[in-house]
Amino acid sequence: MKNRIGLVVGCVLIMVWCLLPVAWIISLSFKSETAITNGSPGFFPSDGGGAGWDNYQAVWDNDQFRRAIFNSIGISLIATVLSVVVATLAAYAIARLEFRGKKAVLTIALAIAMFPVVSLVGPLFDMWRAVGLYDTWPGLIIPYMSFTLPLAIWTLSAFFREIPWEMEQAAQVDGATSWQAFRKVIVPLAAPGVFTAAILTFFFAWNDFVFGISLTSTENARPIPASLSFFVGSDPFNRPASLLAAGAVIATIPIVVIVLIFQRKIVAGLTSGAVKG
Amino acid sequence: MSTVTAPVKTAKTRPVVSDRSRAETRLGQKLVAPAIVLMLLVTAFPMLRALYLSTFDYALTAPDERDFVGLSNYLTALTDPLFWQTTGVTVLYMVVTVAIELVIGFAFAMVMHRVIFARGVIRTSILIPYGIITVVSGFAWQFAFSFQNGFVNGWLPFVGDDFNWFGETGSAVVAIMVSEIWKTTPFMSLLLLAGLAQVSEDMIEAAKVDGATWTQRLTKVILPNMRAAIMVAVLFRALDAYRIFDNIFVMTAGAVKTESISFLTYRQTIEQFQLGMGSALSVLLFLSVLVVAFAIVKVFRVDLAQARQES
Repeated sequence: MKNRIGLVVGCVLIMVWCLLPVAWIISLSFKSETAITNGSPGFFPSDGGGAGWDNYQAVWDNDQFRRAIFNSIGISLIATVLSVVVATLAAYAIARLEFRGKKAVLTIALAIAMFPVVSLVGPLFDMWRAVGLYDTWPGLIIPYMSFTLPLAIWTLSAFFREIPWEMEQAAQVDGATSWQAFRKVIVPLAAPGVFTAAILTFFFAWNDFVFGISLTSTENARPIPASLSFFVGSDPFNRPASLLAAGAVIATIPIVVIVLIFQRKIVAGLTSGAVKG
Repeated sequence: MSTVTAPVKTAKTRPVVSDRSRAETRLGQKLVAPAIVLMLLVTAFPMLRALYLSTFDYALTAPDERDFVGLSNYLTALTDPLFWQTTGVTVLYMVVTVAIELVIGFAFAMVMHRVIFARGVIRTSILIPYGIITVVSGFAWQFAFSFQNGFVNGWLPFVGDDFNWFGETGSAVVAIMVSEIWKTTPFMSLLLLAGLAQVSEDMIEAAKVDGATWTQRLTKVILPNMRAAIMVAVLFRALDAYRIFDNIFVMTAGAVKTESISFLTYRQTIEQFQLGMGSALSVLLFLSVLVVAFAIVKVFRVDLAQARQES
């Protein structure tokens, strides 16, 4: 009984820890701009200091912000699809084939996962400007792919190793063509892993900030995190906190939706990549 | 231009290989080739380029005046107290955040491991900080700590209402650490949860029957058996924390000596257009990450292959 109370307390603590700052930023997004300028400490908007949906309206009407949302969604999705395709090929080879250089692939992937991203922005900035990739979608998609590949390869190869590949032959013995065996047997078994890798890749691309600020200069390709940080308003010493909060909430909605739908898969993917459970 | 050395050809003296295994090798290498090319294109090649550029006095503001200066950029960086001060702050960020995350993350993992109700809700809430953009986390905490519009000063009894957290180094570092810890503890706790699941219940039960107290069970049975998972979590998070950048950029922009080594590198390259000096700092940053990784692997004897149960 005592144990159970402890667990409930623990659960409540976890939820407070995780959700308090989220609740705070939502609450902040409903404070009015005048209240922010005059200073309105406290968790909730003060009486008369609320703004209703005004901040959201203002952020949504901001052309730069809309472009940034569009850029982020486009760039992240393209990078995710490409990265998962390339990683699937590599992970299949790692999980199923014996070949020389396999260990080297895993080592390179691990080394890149730990690479200090910032040390690349200088040379990349220089190179991208030389080849005309600076401030374009591909200019961000390529680095995102390189940096999500390690995670995707590790996650996918861990998943693929668990697949009972004999079932493919079993299906063929039962009269399926090799295409049918692949499509009806292997694809459904591999899909959850591929899907998990895709979600983790998307999170990375959506979250990236370093490349976003250093390889873009206009709303041509600037993604949301970079756009939020440059969104200063008229007075740089007094940031429009409530507007920023509204923008931040909008930028977080896709993540929350993905988490709500796929939480089980994400946890499985995160843990299988690093430590096989 | 920088020279890219061709990959070293491994000696062709192998034992006799069957056609089948040779074909398998060829297919395997073909399948991993795109991934390898992509990964190296954006890392190895620019790194070599950084190595080359770092030997020049080269600013983008005056691209024609590019002078070869040898190692003097490195000398300048390594003799500048600013470099050592940022390195010190970076190590401080790394050690403190990882230590706190380890403790809180382990507590969370214990709760999640034992809990039998509302698992979906807990899992969802723990994934939200993980998924949230770091910049958003930075903003949320910056405004929370702000004395004009935040709630932290009002909630903490020992802090005055008009205390400016971002006015001095110590408190600003604390604020940055809070944001970093909040955002990354979930990741830590999920990795630890996976390790916890590997500890056999029978062993814990046996220790209980033998009269081991809760503390003894924790320190003598549970922790030693999930050592691999803990080490992997520490390695991943420590290297991640060493690269801290986003939170600093958003919360203080490097003011009041909160700058990390990543931030210093960024500032030199992108904001001041000093590509030569910036490249030298990039190389130093890269080397220091290697040192940190090596130190952690050596000190804690992390065995990644063992953690993945591979040979």
